Amino acid sequence: MAIDRAEAARIAELARLSLSPEELDRMAIQLSNVLEFAATLDQLSLGDEPLTVFAPPEAALRKDEPDGRTLDAETAVANAPEAEGGFFLVPPVVEDLEP
Amino acid sequence: MSATATWQRPARAIAADVRAGRLAPGDAAESGFDGPGARWEHDVHATLSTDAAARSRAAAKAPKEGRLAGVPVLLKDNLCTLDHPTTCGSRILGSWRSPYDATVVRRLREAGAVIVGKGNMDEFAMGSSTEFSAFGPTRNPFDLARVPGGSSGGPAAAVAYGLVPLALGSDTGGSVRQPAAFCGVLGLKPTYGRLSRYGLVAFGSSLDQVGIFARHVGDVAEAYVVLAGADPFDASMREGPAPDVSAWDAGVAGLRFGWPSNLWKDGVDEAIVDALERAAGALERAGATRVPFEFLPGAFSVATYYLLATAEASSNLARFDGVRYGHRAAADELSALYARTRGEGFGPEVRRRILLGTYALSAGYHDQFYAKAQRARTRIAREYAEAFARCDLLLMPTTPTPPFKLGEKTDDPLAMYLSDVFTIGANLAGIPGLSVPMGLASGLPVGVQLLGPADAEPVLLRAARALEAEGRVGDIPTGYEWEFTWPGKR
Repeated sequence: MAIDRAEAARIAELARLSLSPEELDRMAIQLSNVLEFAATLDQLSLGDEPLTVFAPPEAALRKDEPDGRTLDAETAVANAPEAEGGFFLVPPVVEDLEP
Repeated sequence: MSATATWQRPARAIAADVRAGRLAPGDAAESGFDGPGARWEHDVHATLSTDAAARSRAAAKAPKEGRLAGVPVLLKDNLCTLDHPTTCGSRILGSWRSPYDATVVRRLREAGAVIVGKGNMDEFAMGSSTEFSAFGPTRNPFDLARVPGGSSGGPAAAVAYGLVPLALGSDTGGSVRQPAAFCGVLGLKPTYGRLSRYGLVAFGSSLDQVGIFARHVGDVAEAYVVLAGADPFDASMREGPAPDVSAWDAGVAGLRFGWPSNLWKDGVDEAIVDALERAAGALERAGATRVPFEFLPGAFSVATYYLLATAEASSNLARFDGVRYGHRAAADELSALYARTRGEGFGPEVRRRILLGTYALSAGYHDQFYAKAQRARTRIAREYAEAFARCDLLLMPTTPTPPFKLGEKTDDPLAMYLSDVFTIGANLAGIPGLSVPMGLASGLPVGVQLLGPADAEPVLLRAARALEAEGRVGDIPTGYEWEFTWPGKR
């Protein structure tokens, strides 16, 4: 299962990762190697196996009641790279909106 | 009082002295930093953030009655703390401060422990050598040219050289057990769902567990009692009370231990095979019975893991986008902001794993990779279940080799991944595993691994206790079990 550079670039875009051309080349080779190794799973006859669905048999649910814990806006944005008035600041997402 | 220094003593001995008023928590917390820390930390680089003022404040607040009264503890830096930054060994979190303590951290504090700082780690716990920390590698205190293992290499090394008697790490594919083996200490990965993960920064949520490092079996048990148990803030916890580990010194008479020796016929270092034979001999002399059988080769676990863990990581790490916390790259458009922030902020191994996981989950490949791996996971979990129908625990290597050299595997991801070949299965099956030191070979630590079915922590601790005399590293016998002298050399 070989991944070429174009495929690596497509995955990087899906993953929202900006990578240099050199790194894309390197990643394509390394990912191909790992996927080739992953093909060893074909040696196991897995056709009849159910998929592991990972949820504890009886998930420990708490009562659906407020427990008094809140994160106030000031604390929530305290670590933000850019914030204003209790809001996270980001570049414009929608432009030229009529008021 | 013992004639040995505080930092050499077991956690339980320190706590007993603090409870009795013979030792101040502040003095206990400083003992490792005044002692070996002053000599070793510069070279080993086990810690990321620690300073005397913070330790003093933490010690002043520590209750003097608890099970871990005054016991200094180092935390892997993916456990959230109010009083230290939490970096996950990454640049992308910048100077992020958690607005809350992880549940395990809160429990340590309530038991009187003094959180002395944060330990180095592979970025976001992805790695097996701590070389993928954005803040420089940790070195193995037994040989500074070698790695301490990873990803919890900082906490493991700190316990090994005597900075602290107790540390917490996280184990997604062996990240507590493998560095424990490389550093000559005990490393417990508990049953999935027994230690709360509220406040543990997520990597692979179906695999992650908080784990315990210590030099004494009794100290592992003591920490487990403090840490294990229900937490309403973690919905993946197992129901019911955690297993009772108080009988950790009850011996192994009548226990049957599995001996899957086909796993170490090839590709396993002679020193590890010798350690396994010594461990099996010690267990037999203590009254346990060896049950030989064949086991599924670990390569299948590695292949399964690197599809599932990366898929989960690609999803979990989507939250690091430069909007709510940490590093942000300059960009005038949102998708460029995400991509540049993540490209700059994540290191090479994290980028690699996000790409692999994204690929395994992407349209057209999901069945071929992710779904197939989930089928393999079912098969692997059944292999363990069948084994535990025949024996109480499994004895196998923790690692195929003793600690390797820095730089040896950083450019070969597959070689690095294969160093987890014996540890990954426990995460896939959700079962507990304990790496136990078996002394030194050519000056380097070697460890063996004990695995048991879910909630078998008491059995693993009893077996580890039976190996403690055979496997201890750099000790001197005293009245209180044993105390620790540093066997390393410059």
